[in-house]
Amino acid sequence: MNKEWKKEYEDGSYSVRTCGWSPPGDHPVGCGMKLHIKDGKLIKVEGDAEHPISQGRLCVRCLALPEYVHHPSRITSPMKRSIDDRGKDKWTKISWDEAWDIIVPKIKQLKADHGAESIVVFGGTGREACLYYYPLGFASIGTPNVCYPLSGWSCYGPRCAITDYILGAGYPEIDFAGTFPDRYDNPEFTLPKYIVEWGKNPLMSNPDGFYGHSIIDMMKLGTKIISIDPRITWLGTRSEYVCQLRPGSDTALAMAFLNVIINEDLYDHEFVDQWCYGFDELKERVQEYTPEKVEEITWVPKQTIIDVARIIGQNSPTAIQWGLAVDENPNGVQLGHALLSLAAITGNLDVPGGITLGAPAALLGKWRVETRSNLSEELWDKRIGAKEWPALSTAMATTHPDETLDTLETGKPYKLRMGWFNSSNFITATCSAQPDRWYKALKSLEFNVVQDCFMTPTAMAFADIFLPLPTFAEHDGVVITHFGRNPVFLGAMNKAFTVGDCKSDIEVCIELGKKLHPDMWPFDSVEDFFSKQLKPELGIDFNDLREMGVYQPKYTYRKHEKGLLRADGEPGFNTVTGQVELTSTLFEAWGDDALPYYKEPPYSPISTPELFKEYPLILTTGARTFTSFHSEHRHMPSLREITPDPIVELNPETAVLLGINEGDWVDLENMFGKCKMKAHLTPCIHPKVVHAVHGWWFPEKPAEEPSLYGVWDSNINKLVPHKHIGKLGFGAPFKQMICKATKREA
Amino acid sequence: MSSNGLLIDYEYCTGCHSCEVACKNEHNIPRGKWGIKLTEVGPWKLTGDKWEWNYVPVPTSLCDLCEDRVGKGEKPSCVHHCLGKAMEYGPVEELAKKMAAKGKKMVMFVP
Ligand code: SF4
Ligand code: SF4
Ligand code: SF4
Repeated sequence: MNKEWKKEYEDGSYSVRTCGWSPPGDHPVGCGMKLHIKDGKLIKVEGDAEHPISQGRLCVRCLALPEYVHHPSRITSPMKRSIDDRGKDKWTKISWDEAWDIIVPKIKQLKADHGAESIVVFGGTGREACLYYYPLGFASIGTPNVCYPLSGWSCYGPRCAITDYILGAGYPEIDFAGTFPDRYDNPEFTLPKYIVEWGKNPLMSNPDGFYGHSIIDMMKLGTKIISIDPRITWLGTRSEYVCQLRPGSDTALAMAFLNVIINEDLYDHEFVDQWCYGFDELKERVQEYTPEKVEEITWVPKQTIIDVARIIGQNSPTAIQWGLAVDENPNGVQLGHALLSLAAITGNLDVPGGITLGAPAALLGKWRVETRSNLSEELWDKRIGAKEWPALSTAMATTHPDETLDTLETGKPYKLRMGWFNSSNFITATCSAQPDRWYKALKSLEFNVVQDCFMTPTAMAFADIFLPLPTFAEHDGVVITHFGRNPVFLGAMNKAFTVGDCKSDIEVCIELGKKLHPDMWPFDSVEDFFSKQLKPELGIDFNDLREMGVYQPKYTYRKHEKGLLRADGEPGFNTVTGQVELTSTLFEAWGDDALPYYKEPPYSPISTPELFKEYPLILTTGARTFTSFHSEHRHMPSLREITPDPIVELNPETAVLLGINEGDWVDLENMFGKCKMKAHLTPCIHPKVVHAVHGWWFPEKPAEEPSLYGVWDSNINKLVPHKHIGKLGFGAPFKQMICKATKREA
Repeated sequence: MSSNGLLIDYEYCTGCHSCEVACKNEHNIPRGKWGIKLTEVGPWKLTGDKWEWNYVPVPTSLCDLCEDRVGKGEKPSCVHHCLGKAMEYGPVEELAKKMAAKGKKMVMFVP
């Protein structure tokens, strides 16, 4: 890319090149764009055609960035509120110094009186904060309790943990030639013959930083798609096969594919003999999962199962892209295990056009782990839920999310007293299950700090101090796809201008850190911080990165053959056995089955037939739209014009029986809760299934309690139960509940 | 003199709305009005497991084919930002040839 990242024009305006990452936007996708600034205002966003991945394209969320940045209700200076006024719109603007003068003594007092563990840092999903909220907790504040409050840690964490235990590698992502400057033309790259989209709609979600529309790029070049999804998506209509399965039955389907591929001898013998552990046991296990039996479980016709299995077995390279549906499932660890096994035995791991694997150590990841050295062993041992859930706490440096709610409710093993909410609006239907229960439990905290860009329902309910975050257009930073676990590129995020008096995540980490644990923060400035991260690993400093625009690391295929996955430099995988563990040594040690197995969802026509009579629909939630990232963007006029309401999708046959018409407001209800959604009728969903969106609150509704911007009205997570998680502590039923639907009387 | 048009490949238009918003930004078009507007046909089942579901963006009378941008040698804003890379701008004769070459799911607008 051009060295010049800032350009000035005759009329005094200028443009700055940058790469995007929420706030606002999404995961670390890092699309390239030029921000045009005139008279201190962002007047235009233009996609950067030089960017090797996005190539000029931008989604509506970045196209609407000026609306977000200059929105009249944005908060651009710190604020305080009396604890008696929580839930009321009674704020006083303060300076950062004043904010620190309140926060710092409070933290010191809590640590002295009750121990640092009485403070919990909550972090939100996907935003830039993901890189910084762990160090904020460990090294700036000094608590072992960092919490991602999603039941069963059901997003990305399970997939990363499963990969760690089964492959001993970073995140497995489909090969889309992302690390090659010349992309699909690079001679090392091979186009995937098939891409299996498993519980994922990457066009809308750009998951973990994968550029979703690369799928379209590759389809144009000849890649075919297989869609495994309870809904026929738009991509499904362009797919060679769709397996429209019953929500939550995924593991049975994966086992049936393995059954056909193994029994019809379609697997890669060489790879299995050389690199896999426990194949015979897997072979024996999959015999239980015949296509006939699995048709009954999953609703996918036997012949489709056989056809798709043969395609996967006979077409190399085939890439499997696994989605959030793997995580949001109490049977998800087994699903992930089965999918990695499927990729492994068909010889699609770490080959061109197959599934790429991240190297073990990753940029910024190292620093994040090192910040833990600020905590004594004794303090680290107090991490909530760590002992009870070793499979989770070994891979994730957080508390166990469900245990954290229990701790808030019971005061056991100790009382939590302070909450720091970094980019997390989780009483809205984003991550927490039973958000109404969290809401009550969080009231017990005696002091709360919230960092965000706007007043959210969560901030309105709890914040005593509100610290404003700048958008990515207003600060320096880096974007790293896949949160560093299999980075396709590292992008420079360049500060283009300033709005108000906001401080970025890393600025807050450093400033607070210097006040409480100065030895952990030997950085003079943000630029110095990034240069110190980049220099040792890449040999470049932050300014070099700005001039490069993006840095694409060199990718090496077949790392297991070259000794690039293991710490000892030997060939093989970085697992206990040194091989791909089709039979897992660790799962067994932690008290689960060593092999994948299917388990019915906690609530389903089969596991709870009596309840299903009362709640005769299967509820799946959380599909993405183009116009929002979780609970962001509900107040952007141009985006709300496109997606005005929270939607539940129903099959027209079902709707007729229930007397529901297109556009009617509908109550969705089950034994855990109730909410309202607007009906959209579509034949793309099975008559027994409904799908409801997540993330909704209404900035236009009253701010104060009890309304909290209407946060309870369309809060689908009220219908999802607490702690219905898998044996190893991962996975919650966000995508396979049951409910009933009734038309609301106006 | 040949006139220019917009070619849409609706096999690959994913319905992302970027064209709509990019156009509104470029031309300061208020809410409730559009320079180009997405239409949707389907989804409904054809036969077996085949489905009809197409998005087609339709330029309106407010579309000037991004005269200013094109004058500066840039692509129209909608074309530039299109996530599906499903839009192309050019002389109608050239675009017609491309339509014929692909042979399916193409439409051309001369707004
Ligand atoms: S995917 Fe969308 S929100 Fe994310 S950086 Fe790209 S354009 Fe921006
Ligand atoms: S060519 Fe320009 S004016 Fe016409 S629809 Fe596209 S962006 Fe709008
Ligand atoms: S920007 Fe392109 S892909 Fe998106 S809706 Fe418009 S034409 Fe379709």
